[in-house]
Amino acid sequence: MGLIRLDSICKYYSMGDQTVKALDHINLSIAKNEYVAFIGSSGSGKSTMMNILGCLDKPTEGDYFLNEKEVAKLNQNQLADIRNQEIGFIFQSFNLLPRASALHNVMLPLVYKGIGLADRKKQAVEALEKVNLADRMDHIPSQLSGGQRQRVAIARALVTKPSILLADEPTGNLDTQTTQDIMALFDELHNEGQTIIMVTHEDDVARHCQRVIRLSDGKVVEDYYNENKEALHV
Amino acid sequence: MFSLIESFRSAIISVKAHGFRSFLTTLGIIIGVASTIAVVSVIQGLSYSINQQFEGFGSNSISIRSFTPRSERMKGKIARITPEDVEMIRKQAEGVEYITPTLQSNIGGTSAIKYKGNQAFANVAGTTYTYQDVQNLDMKYGRFLSYSDNQSRRKVTVIGDKLREELSLPENPVGSFIYFAGEWLKVIGLTEPKGSFFGFSQDNFAILPYSTMQGLNGNLLEPDIFLQLQLKSLENLDSIKDKLKRIIRKQHHLKPDEDDDFKIETPEQLTSGISQVISTMTIVLGGIVSISLIVGGIGIMNIMLVSVTERTREIGICKAIGAKRHHILLQFLIEAVVLSLLGGIIGIIIGYGLGVLAAASIPNFPPANVPLWAVGIAFGFSAFVGIIFGILPAAKAANLDPIDALRYE
Ligand SMILES: Nc1ncnc2c1ncn2[C@@H]1O[C@H](COP(=O)(O)OP(=O)(O)OP(=O)(O)O)[C@@H](O)[C@H]1O
Ligand SMILES: [Mg+2]
Repeated sequence: MGLIRLDSICKYYSMGDQTVKALDHINLSIAKNEYVAFIGSSGSGKSTMMNILGCLDKPTEGDYFLNEKEVAKLNQNQLADIRNQEIGFIFQSFNLLPRASALHNVMLPLVYKGIGLADRKKQAVEALEKVNLADRMDHIPSQLSGGQRQRVAIARALVTKPSILLADEPTGNLDTQTTQDIMALFDELHNEGQTIIMVTHEDDVARHCQRVIRLSDGKVVEDYYNENKEALHV
Repeated sequence: MFSLIESFRSAIISVKAHGFRSFLTTLGIIIGVASTIAVVSVIQGLSYSINQQFEGFGSNSISIRSFTPRSERMKGKIARITPEDVEMIRKQAEGVEYITPTLQSNIGGTSAIKYKGNQAFANVAGTTYTYQDVQNLDMKYGRFLSYSDNQSRRKVTVIGDKLREELSLPENPVGSFIYFAGEWLKVIGLTEPKGSFFGFSQDNFAILPYSTMQGLNGNLLEPDIFLQLQLKSLENLDSIKDKLKRIIRKQHHLKPDEDDDFKIETPEQLTSGISQVISTMTIVLGGIVSISLIVGGIGIMNIMLVSVTERTREIGICKAIGAKRHHILLQFLIEAVVLSLLGGIIGIIIGYGLGVLAAASIPNFPPANVPLWAVGIAFGFSAFVGIIFGILPAAKAANLDPIDALRYE
């Protein structure tokens, strides 16, 4: 069954007397190990979608089932646990803690998970090795390049072994070469069985994904599978 | 538990990251605690040394001294405790372990003590061997008066270091002879110096056996005796006092409407006046301290609120990766407590320094003394202030909505 199931999800913002329909009755289902890209023009509702999928935001209407659990019925602490353990969120602007080293940034989700220091360190180092940054773990974010920062953020998202990796324009602030590196990393993760959902503007990036969903004015206008990609994974 | 240690770690990182600002934030607490500790240390030094003066009285001893009421003094009468009174008390009083009579010289004021062409004036008193315990005297050289010194009216004396100095006696004066009121007295002991108290030397004295002193005083004037009574226990203090009162009143032939011409004092009475002043001062001080700590706490709250706003995005990030309300709450609360404790510690150190400095710069003032309870209270109070004034900013941080916090620019 679907890992994610959206049932008539709406998100409205009321600005004065007018309402913006950021998401407008979305029905969607995403299975385990899918590699999905949300595309669409600016303001089409992609980020809104990701925030709802990541349990950071709540829909105005509709039901969201994650792993068969109805998200709307969960309390604050349960939502925190979901964000901690089910979801790894990657942001366009990295969102690392500026004063903490790469290692500490990656260890932080494990602190909230309640893992002891020794294990925490071991798992964080493993995650940093996975993104090829083990040699930079004592650097603080300002001492790292954009690509390196995004890799720290990916390590942080991966460290709790979440069921879903959510990435909102993960390569939006990166140059072409670094984008290629990051996408290669995503491909590798996907091949290892990771479910990945990302938002992108770039066709090059979307081409990496199995499935492409196009949003426009808060509605799904296109939902297709990449021919060659699908062939690759059948 | 993990989160507690983690919160401490990140609190310290953040306090360090804003070094100077953290210092300014805690300044209120620093000043509050420092001034308290300074004043407490001075007061405590004072009360400590006052208590030491009375320590000799022992907790279960009472003293009796003559006291001439004002009305009687007008008539030219002077009250005395006589040797007969002492005898009667010795016979009739109950529950008394031993009696230490002290006979002040009534020739000491006019008659100098001499040694090899030097002369000095000192407090000369006759007493018994029990005086040593009662007054807490330690011997530096030689011995104190013995029972037999008194029995056989030996012409011996124990002197204080100040008198030894004045007379230019050798460092160890035991065996030297000094001249007083027509008699040569052999020095048999030198007491350990006690230093001065409010500028009065406590070591300028010569102590003689009670009986020897009586002989020296002769029949010139009737002696006035100061009595210290060591009680077996404090249980019947009131009834013992009543009994003593009756004995002396009878001895002095006082009519029922006449006032006592003597005073019976317990050590509590002697110290209570002073400790009352001290406790009043402490209460006033406590008021000032709590005001200054509240001001300091508001300073901390203010900065913590700024800090929460500044770090809204960070809080959003933490929530996005799974921080619960209590994680954030604890982090900011601990940061506030770390700040205020830091202020407390610095304040204690500075305050102690100030107290020592103040005590040292006033001549003859006893050394400052910071009791552990004051440090404990200062510490506890700063932590308390941190919690009270940290809770509001911390709650504000913990209640932030993750998505709003993340969007915050
Ligand atoms: N907090 C908000 N308050 C009001 N309107 C909002 C808010 N967040 C988003 N919107 C509106 O919702 C719509 C969808 O925004 P969203 O951020 O999802 O777009 P997007 O597809 O991510 O665009 P981009 O590609 O530029 O990032 C937009 O019209 C936006 O103005
Ligand atoms: Mg967006």
